Amino acid sequence: MAGHRAGQHLDIRLTADDGYRAERSYSIASAPGEPLAITVERLEDGEVSPYLTRELRPGDKMEVRGPIGGYFVWEPAMGGPLLLAAGGSGIVPLRAILRYRANLGSQVPVRLLYSSRSWPDVIYRDELSRPEAGVAVIQTLTRSHPDDWTGYTRRVDAAMLAEVAWPAADGALAYVCGPTSFVESVAAGLVGLGYPAGRVRTERFGATGQ
Amino acid sequence: MSPISRGFHGRRREAADSARLPPGQYLTHDFPVLSAGPTPHNALAKWTFSIEGGREPKSWTWPEFQALPAETVTVDIHCVTRWSKFDTSWRGVSLDVLLDAVGYDHPYALAFCDGGYTTNLPVADLTGGKAWVAFSYDGGPLPAEHGGPARLLVPHLYFWKSAKWVRGLRLRDVDKPGFWETYGYNMYGDPWREQRYAGD
Repeated sequence: MAGHRAGQHLDIRLTADDGYRAERSYSIASAPGEPLAITVERLEDGEVSPYLTRELRPGDKMEVRGPIGGYFVWEPAMGGPLLLAAGGSGIVPLRAILRYRANLGSQVPVRLLYSSRSWPDVIYRDELSRPEAGVAVIQTLTRSHPDDWTGYTRRVDAAMLAEVAWPAADGALAYVCGPTSFVESVAAGLVGLGYPAGRVRTERFGATGQ
Repeated sequence: MSPISRGFHGRRREAADSARLPPGQYLTHDFPVLSAGPTPHNALAKWTFSIEGGREPKSWTWPEFQALPAETVTVDIHCVTRWSKFDTSWRGVSLDVLLDAVGYDHPYALAFCDGGYTTNLPVADLTGGKAWVAFSYDGGPLPAEHGGPARLLVPHLYFWKSAKWVRGLRLRDVDKPGFWETYGYNMYGDPWREQRYAGD
């Protein structure tokens, strides 16, 4: 497989012994230059994610196609500052961007706003608790939170964005990934703060087993 | 020949569904949203639908557009991200009505939209009762996140060709890629031939 860019995804196709097939797309979690990795959130009513997270063993076969997508990507030449906003497993392609930035030694300033349902739902907890210099991680837990939680405890709204996002005058580039309702709300909020629509790149997934 | 994924069984579909589902698609009852950027919200008073490049360039305001003959259609739609949705109901103006008003002999069109999105289609895929500019979904106004006030509806191609927030067509002699097509997606996008990406 050709080298990937930070933010791209893969298509995975599974084939049953009677020829039945199912295919889904998964964001690439590793940085360009690193061994290819995806992060899969298991959806209990899903068709592919339970197989990938429970059944799959080394030596099993599947078809993988990609890397795919050329718009929701970040390259160092695109500069910053970067505003990364993730809802749930929408963190995965943004984690690839963060790792890429770190591996390159890039100094581009980053603010990551990450919304999860609860602390156990936070993906990359350890990594995000030790961010690189120049990376600010701001989290919100929307359903429940530990007693000693000091972050936000509500869904991302206009007031939170106004506090967290780079001012529009900074000319930031925004990457927003998550469920549709999250992306709609964040992207509209950023436009409301004065971000030009062309500086807000979005990737959305429905609640349908993506 | 695809390798067998040991231990994978998957969810079997009803036979009737299989015949209506293009290869590699699964059926959803939701209506997922996929766009590359924020949802535009613009005043209807400033909305126009234009066809450029024909013998007689033409532009309709929102009231003029609403006065055109409209049809209600029920179609299956197929997104390149692999969901399909059956029996979606739309109301809109057939592209036959719009293109007949300008006169054309160009083989290709580029749809352009609020927010800067574009997509390319052969004119033959927009005519003959196969394509509409839809302003209503499921009996109500088309929600903005699904492309309202109006979107292209070309259900026989992958749904990225059904451009949201469409504002017009540019007729052309040569086929040039639109937005997703420049990022590696297929120039044509026939779901039954699984033309997802360039080279399919």
